[in-house]
Amino acid sequence: MALVRVTIDGVAGEVDAGTTVLKAAEKLAIHIPTLCYLEGIHEVGACRVCVVEVKGAKTLQAACVTPVADGMTVRTNTPAVRKARKTVVELILSNHPAECPTCVRNTNCELQSLAESFNIRDNRFAGERGDYPVDSTAKGIVRDPNKCILCRRCVSVCEKVQAVKAIGPLNRGFDTVIAPAFGEPMGDSICVNCGQCVLVCPVGALYEQDHSQRVWAALADPSKHVVIQTAPATRVALGETQGMEPGSIVTGKMVAGLRRLGFDKVMDTDFTADLTIIEEGHELIERLTKGGVLPLITSCSPGWIKFIEHFYPELLPNVSTCKSPQQMFGALVKTYYAEKAGIDPADIFSVSMMPCTAKKFECDRPEMRASGHQDVDVVLTTREVGRMLREAGIVLETLPEEEHDAPMGSSTGAAVIFGATGGVMEAALRTAYEVVTGKTLPNLNFTAVRGLDGVKEAEVDLDGTKVRVAVAHALGNAKKVLDTVKAGQGGWHFIEIMCCPGGCLGGGGQPIPTNTDIRRKRMEAIYTADERAAIRKSHENPGIKAIYEEFLGKPLGRRSHELLHTLYTPRGRYGAPKSRAAD
Amino acid sequence: MALAKSDVPSGPRMLPGQPLSVDVADEIDRVISRYDWSPSSLLNILHEVQEYVGYLPEPVIVRVAERLGVPVADVHGVVSFYALFSMKPKGRYRIAACKGTACYVRGAPRVLERLEAELGIAPGDTTSDGLFSLDVVRCLGACGLGPVVMINDDVHARLKPDRIPGVLKRYRDNS
Repeated sequence: MALVRVTIDGVAGEVDAGTTVLKAAEKLAIHIPTLCYLEGIHEVGACRVCVVEVKGAKTLQAACVTPVADGMTVRTNTPAVRKARKTVVELILSNHPAECPTCVRNTNCELQSLAESFNIRDNRFAGERGDYPVDSTAKGIVRDPNKCILCRRCVSVCEKVQAVKAIGPLNRGFDTVIAPAFGEPMGDSICVNCGQCVLVCPVGALYEQDHSQRVWAALADPSKHVVIQTAPATRVALGETQGMEPGSIVTGKMVAGLRRLGFDKVMDTDFTADLTIIEEGHELIERLTKGGVLPLITSCSPGWIKFIEHFYPELLPNVSTCKSPQQMFGALVKTYYAEKAGIDPADIFSVSMMPCTAKKFECDRPEMRASGHQDVDVVLTTREVGRMLREAGIVLETLPEEEHDAPMGSSTGAAVIFGATGGVMEAALRTAYEVVTGKTLPNLNFTAVRGLDGVKEAEVDLDGTKVRVAVAHALGNAKKVLDTVKAGQGGWHFIEIMCCPGGCLGGGGQPIPTNTDIRRKRMEAIYTADERAAIRKSHENPGIKAIYEEFLGKPLGRRSHELLHTLYTPRGRYGAPKSRAAD
Repeated sequence: MALAKSDVPSGPRMLPGQPLSVDVADEIDRVISRYDWSPSSLLNILHEVQEYVGYLPEPVIVRVAERLGVPVADVHGVVSFYALFSMKPKGRYRIAACKGTACYVRGAPRVLERLEAELGIAPGDTTSDGLFSLDVVRCLGACGLGPVVMINDDVHARLKPDRIPGVLKRYRDNS
């Protein structure tokens, strides 16, 4: 590619033609502040926080959308630039509630930190404010239009990354609000609760439903036996809530921290991830050998499930009937564990720690009461657990490494990789190979299904039977795969789909910021944890062998069907919310 | 100014709260097919559909989105952005009161105030008998004639608040 010369603040350099001033400055180690910009997803130059002086241009230019021209001279730190940026932020603040100390994003807010770094000390333009109701009808996400700065990052993520477009700008000018069509409640909309909008919201206009108070209450109630399960992807992210480097593996310290919060048992979603592999692996083998509906598609990710229920209900027969690991755990903790520990299931308070906001929707689905009680009482995101630890003054770094509790605490490397895109597929292949061929797998690492490519494909030879698989993460990629399946193409037998970019490690409940770099670091940590695991195949987990012997009988057996499998609800995409379910 | 009976426009083809009729659904399909089912023609499609229905109620917006295969949030976003589109039925006589700079300084606010009082509605609304709807517009390009009010295609120039009742009466008498 042709190179062009640019001088920024007196520093000369060469960049590829077409590079924006913002990226060129980054290359020359010059920082230009941004607000509405979201690399690769939302590059519209709307907020004007990134303006710079370009020699020869009549007006200030937005660095995020201005390409470098050969010989361009740019200045990023002049009185005019500083004044313009400051005015932009002051104008945004003019109708923004000054509620920083009580805002969920306090000390982690892009607007707040811009105001701080621009040295804004008074509000020259205090003006009229909107007065909108806060929408807390969605199970996973709260929307507060009063704090919204209309940057539209959420809209772009919802549309371009997730292919949902549940929300968009309505009305015009001062009356503009980001909301579902017709201003309908989020809970009635096609929103899948994935929370990717929450991750990209620069302020506190979109955030998770906070259920920590219910957990504090249960922890303080002596009549409750409070059990928490920890999802695979949380152990490579929780450290970030305490300032640790992204990619820190904090499994043992996390367990210790949760015990200090007062949980009676700290068990592991990894255990039921292994169980999912056994059930889903047998489902795949059954469909392959008995002529069931193919391709089989994974069902672990509740945002993905709501997506297919809305947008591709005709493909629901392809989805595995297996519940997600969270819900398998929930059903077992109030049956298998209750029985084993001699505790009345009514006294068990079942909490899960998830990288996910959609899990809050999932635990509340009416069919998720297989134990006779709500199987998972409360879902906490990684962020909420981070806040609880902070509130209790627990510093993970100072804690010893502790082990998960039995009986649902044993796990494998195959389970921990559930947290990364391709992980469920890889774990399933490790087990399917050995179950079908009866041989030991020579190389455990199916690297073709790893990494951040949107759609990955591979072919695996199971003793003469060729199994073609595909892996997609982020719903926009899932849509491509589903359209291929609908067109009768692809030739796949088994497809893994995860709702969020990168898989659960990039989930909507993970620490903010979550971006591509951070996703990559968490992913490396996940595969490191897999490498370090003593056991790396789900079917070799001793706890899994025990639960089939003691309780479940056999995979896909009667008890499995009662507790571990489920049904889906076609929802449709158009029409009024009430009639949509019948579409 | 006299109005011929044939000039009297009819009311909307769908009342608020009514479900989509077969006629309207078919017309939406006809309009969309004239634009080759292209989502990039959304503005033209909505314009023609509004011409036919009289306004763009919720079921019409949902139908357009569904037939074009685009998110409802997109279509509603466009409809609510442009002043050209309305989700409320318009009156047989559509009053556009100019509040552009020239009309404004020549007394448009008082003209508008009187219109609101005489009709008993606010800008954006329609009288309960369906006869008049009132909208505020910015500049009709007749600044020398301000304050200007348009009623359907008629231009009423240099209006004074006291002339409003007489103007409205002529339309009432004609319907």
